[in-house]
Amino acid sequence: MTDVPSNLPRPVGPGAPSAPQARSLLIADARTRRRNAAEKRFRLYGILAIAVAMLALVFLLFTILRDGSSAFVQTYAKIPMTIEASIVDPQGNRDPAQMAKVLTTSYGKILQDSLARYLDDNDIVVEGLGDKDIQGFFSAQGRADMRQAVLADPSLVGQVVEVPVLTTSRVDGMFKGRVSRESAAVDARTSVAQYDLAMALAERGDLQTRFNWDFVTGTDSSDTRPESAGLGVAIIGSFYMMLIVLVLALPIGVATSIYLEEFAPRNRLTDLIEVNISNLAAVPSIVFGILGLAAFINVMGLPRSAPIVGGLVLTLMTLPTIIISTRAALRAVPPSIRDAALGVGASRMQTVFHHVLPLAMPGILTGTIIGLAQALGETAPLMLIGMVAFVTTYPSAPPQGFFDPASALPVQVFNWTQRADPAFFERASGAIIVLLAFMLAMNLLAIYLRRRFERRW
Amino acid sequence: MPTFWIMITVLALAAAGFVVGRSQAVRAVSGNTRLLHSRPNYYGWNVALFTALPPLLLLLIWVLAQPAIVARAVEDHIPAEAIADNESRSLLMADVQRSATELGRAVSAGTLTEAEAAALTPLDKAAFDRLAKAGAKVSDTPHVLAAAQDYRSINKTAARLLTGLALALALGGMALALSRTVPEFRARNVVEQVVRGVLILCSLIAIATTVGIVLSLVFESYNFFRLYPWQDFFFGTEWTPSFGGGSKLGILPLLWGTLYISVIALLVAVPIGLFAAVYMSEYASQRVRSIVKPAIEVLAGIPTIVYGLFALVTVGPLIRDWLAMPLGLGNSASSVMTAGLVMGMMLIPFVSSLSDDIINAVPQSLRDGSLALGSTPSETIRQVVLPAALPGIVGAVLLAASRAIGETMIVVLGAGAMARISPNPFEAMTTITVKIVGQLTGDNDFASPETLVAFALGLTLFVITLGLNVFALYIVRKYREQYE
Amino acid sequence: MNDMYLAERAVDTQARPIKFKCSDVQVWYGDKHAIKDVSVDLEDKTVTAFIGPSGCGKSTFLRCLNRMNDTIPVAKVTGRMLLDGDDIYDRRVDPVQLRARVGMVFQKPNPFPKSIYDNVAYGPKIHGLARNKAELDVVVEKALRGAALWDEVKDRLQETGTGLSGGQQQRLCIARAVATAPEVLLMDEPCSALDPIATAQVEELIDELRETFSVVIVTHSMQQAARVSQKTAFFHLGNLVEYGSTDDIFTRPQDPRTESYISGRIG
Repeated sequence: MTDVPSNLPRPVGPGAPSAPQARSLLIADARTRRRNAAEKRFRLYGILAIAVAMLALVFLLFTILRDGSSAFVQTYAKIPMTIEASIVDPQGNRDPAQMAKVLTTSYGKILQDSLARYLDDNDIVVEGLGDKDIQGFFSAQGRADMRQAVLADPSLVGQVVEVPVLTTSRVDGMFKGRVSRESAAVDARTSVAQYDLAMALAERGDLQTRFNWDFVTGTDSSDTRPESAGLGVAIIGSFYMMLIVLVLALPIGVATSIYLEEFAPRNRLTDLIEVNISNLAAVPSIVFGILGLAAFINVMGLPRSAPIVGGLVLTLMTLPTIIISTRAALRAVPPSIRDAALGVGASRMQTVFHHVLPLAMPGILTGTIIGLAQALGETAPLMLIGMVAFVTTYPSAPPQGFFDPASALPVQVFNWTQRADPAFFERASGAIIVLLAFMLAMNLLAIYLRRRFERRW
Repeated sequence: MPTFWIMITVLALAAAGFVVGRSQAVRAVSGNTRLLHSRPNYYGWNVALFTALPPLLLLLIWVLAQPAIVARAVEDHIPAEAIADNESRSLLMADVQRSATELGRAVSAGTLTEAEAAALTPLDKAAFDRLAKAGAKVSDTPHVLAAAQDYRSINKTAARLLTGLALALALGGMALALSRTVPEFRARNVVEQVVRGVLILCSLIAIATTVGIVLSLVFESYNFFRLYPWQDFFFGTEWTPSFGGGSKLGILPLLWGTLYISVIALLVAVPIGLFAAVYMSEYASQRVRSIVKPAIEVLAGIPTIVYGLFALVTVGPLIRDWLAMPLGLGNSASSVMTAGLVMGMMLIPFVSSLSDDIINAVPQSLRDGSLALGSTPSETIRQVVLPAALPGIVGAVLLAASRAIGETMIVVLGAGAMARISPNPFEAMTTITVKIVGQLTGDNDFASPETLVAFALGLTLFVITLGLNVFALYIVRKYREQYE
Repeated sequence: MNDMYLAERAVDTQARPIKFKCSDVQVWYGDKHAIKDVSVDLEDKTVTAFIGPSGCGKSTFLRCLNRMNDTIPVAKVTGRMLLDGDDIYDRRVDPVQLRARVGMVFQKPNPFPKSIYDNVAYGPKIHGLARNKAELDVVVEKALRGAALWDEVKDRLQETGTGLSGGQQQRLCIARAVATAPEVLLMDEPCSALDPIATAQVEELIDELRETFSVVIVTHSMQQAARVSQKTAFFHLGNLVEYGSTDDIFTRPQDPRTESYISGRIG
């Protein structure tokens, strides 16, 4: 057998002389080799595309975890604190009412003096260390905590106590390695001397980090004390909104789906509803924010920044998601079940509510949870209805709490990225970890429900 | 919370109605329930629904309308000179509402008696001292205090009226339903009709939402165009809002930024998403699919604020330090490139999962036909599968484009706030959504064009995305029908 | 049974060169043993029919002949299948090259959603069988004539192939397969989705194709096998029960299972 170049046109079709085939299958001709190389390249593009997507995901999660995980621990200084009676109890009669008149600022002096004395006692010499560096060592929150501790237990007055005291975000950053000696030099709110002081204390083991519950439960704080900013109000706000979305969107979504899937006649109205639902699913979220602002706040006069408004807006946004998944779940129930129920004389309403709906429930719940998780991460519409406001008081219990000002987790993240102090970025990343943890938990629940109740017809 | 208690009462009445209605039906046939038209429970439900639904509807309407109605009534009591402009009126009303709430709290805490609260004047130093001591912040501006007292009394009257009306409706409904509870009464049909009505009502919410969106956008946009010429808005190339007046509010720089960023995002997302989808549906083994598909879906589930932070903290500085600065093209971390890349990353799963569905809808027989002719898998994909799937893929890309145009958080954090038209992708630019957020966050003055322009921007955005969506959904639906 | 057809074809039974030589072929789908120990020699320029009850493995065996089973991940083939002396399951064999020489037509017509012209030109294009448009035109026309479709579609070559009738679509698919100039043409129940008139047209075509190719056809219909084939193989439960001239199989079956099947007792 000889090799004939295969790119020559060969006789084709019946009637053509059928020359014996001269090619061996075992030898790939040049054209086939070229085509196979193209095939390999094409496959490679596919693998590359997936690799890029995966790497992007890994990189994203990695940076968030790297930047945010340190927000869950906070640096405290543990040195002997002398609670001078002359400062906290100028009258000297240990009367709590009079001691309460001493302002938080005065307690700052206790912390400063104690630190200065500690440095003297232990021969720690830091070059260029000024009063300002010592003053700026402890957080304003640390002073307030100290005041509260003393007021709660007046017997502490005059004692030397060794309690951990919250340091400022700069010292926290130095201890965690976020702030370097170089960056301290150019930062107006800290100094090289303060950096050296922090390092000296760290070396002696006087600085320590503790798990920072206040970050999860505390309230937001002002620009000057990022170290005490917490997510408490945002978590409650988000929780309230999820509650409202669940209570409103689930029944309305299920009712809509039942009507469209089981009862609706094919007419113009039904078509109109269907078109509306599929379009609402794709309307930019910020437009819902405008709707919330114009309709709920301006026209109905509901309060700004309130979870009720956020909940209503998110309900409208989540409805299409819930409706689409509920309809899929209803459609997955085989018609034979409906026929069987109708066959024994049940009305259509009874068929749906006694048989179809219970069978579709796992699918409906899964879709609802996924819709809720989406709503939990929604930011833009909430910004327009005033949830970016700076809120430092917890909303009260529902139903009144639905009308109190609150924040929301994703909006709090945005809020912190807009602060002047870069220490808030760590908080923002930390808040995202909390947000993602909630979403992960919800998705796992959805997967569990799907697995647990999965039915094969 | 009178509404809350009215609700509880109505529900309790409905429950009682259920029991009474059911037992009345059973008694009417002396226990032989086969003689009833419907099962006994339906007679109960009939009474319960007639008892509960009318007052609950009334409550719903009241809850939605009450704040506006009361505010309007109270406003009449505030002297005109105090509400010279819109801005101070909304602040004033907030003050009035807070004072009213605080007064109510003081009364329930026993600081003041009801009579004292109603007769309180700013001159009553003793009462104000007590209030201050209890931590109640009641305004001592005379007309605010007067308005707050009005507010309380109107609210109280209204609440009394509402309670009476709701209870009357509930009892009336119950009586009507009970009077009709006889064995021949088709209770099931009536109950099912009512339930059906409720289902339809719920379905109409989708339409109501769209109508609400359109109305709120059009109404305020109309107000905007009365204050600002529409030619300058649609064809202006300058965006310099200043609340002092003399703003230039041209949409073109925002449109440019929006489209520029969207194009970059699509240039990233479409090839990657499409190739990923092709690989997943045509090459990947079951095992690879079972790992990669959920991982890509994770990307889709991440909230956009996370991408925004990623752009701001990580991608922006990286692009600035490694691309823009060495190339001498700019020194801004927020840039069209930053936002575009990160948005592209966000869109990858969107494009890939839509394309995956569409590619899978191409019948296997076409692939077999092509392979049997001796084409390689990649030739089959490029020359048979993708052309067959093309309309669907175009639809998916259009949907992705509409998402990119409407995306907010990534551009707010990644693109910057400078409105400019420039070809350099490493410069900060801004988008329609950024400016909507910018103009509407914080305290708004709904009489100034600088605030109202956000609604005109929103309307433009809504029209653009709606057009894209309708067109894309149309194409995708046509495509699906082709293979069904 | 159509005895008239058999009588007409009695002249045509001389032995021809072997095109496909298969020995000890086994096929597994996962744990399922779909083809058991099949050995068969397929002749050149002959129509060979595979018959048997559904699920007997005849389609599976057919798909092995151009390695279409490669697209099913769980399928595993052992044994030897020699095409002109080359083992098509040899590691060095590229299925792409093999399929250019062993074409296939499927049960349901599956024209690509392209024009009629592009459907037929697709194979020649990817295999580089034409150097320019003029040559390609010739190839396409020959293939369409070969599939007895030219006269019906010559005026609308740019219209989409999915717009044709079922029988036309199937002949378009045959033209598409013929255009790559294969040596063997595999047909998997090519008429099962067609009406009787279209079926007659396709059967007539198959008889003409025999001049140029060896044709292997899987069919459910024994009448069809008797009408179009010279050789017949009867499959049952994955075994090749009997193989011989169509005459012999239908008139003098050796195996009782074959006899039961053709007389309609099983299947």
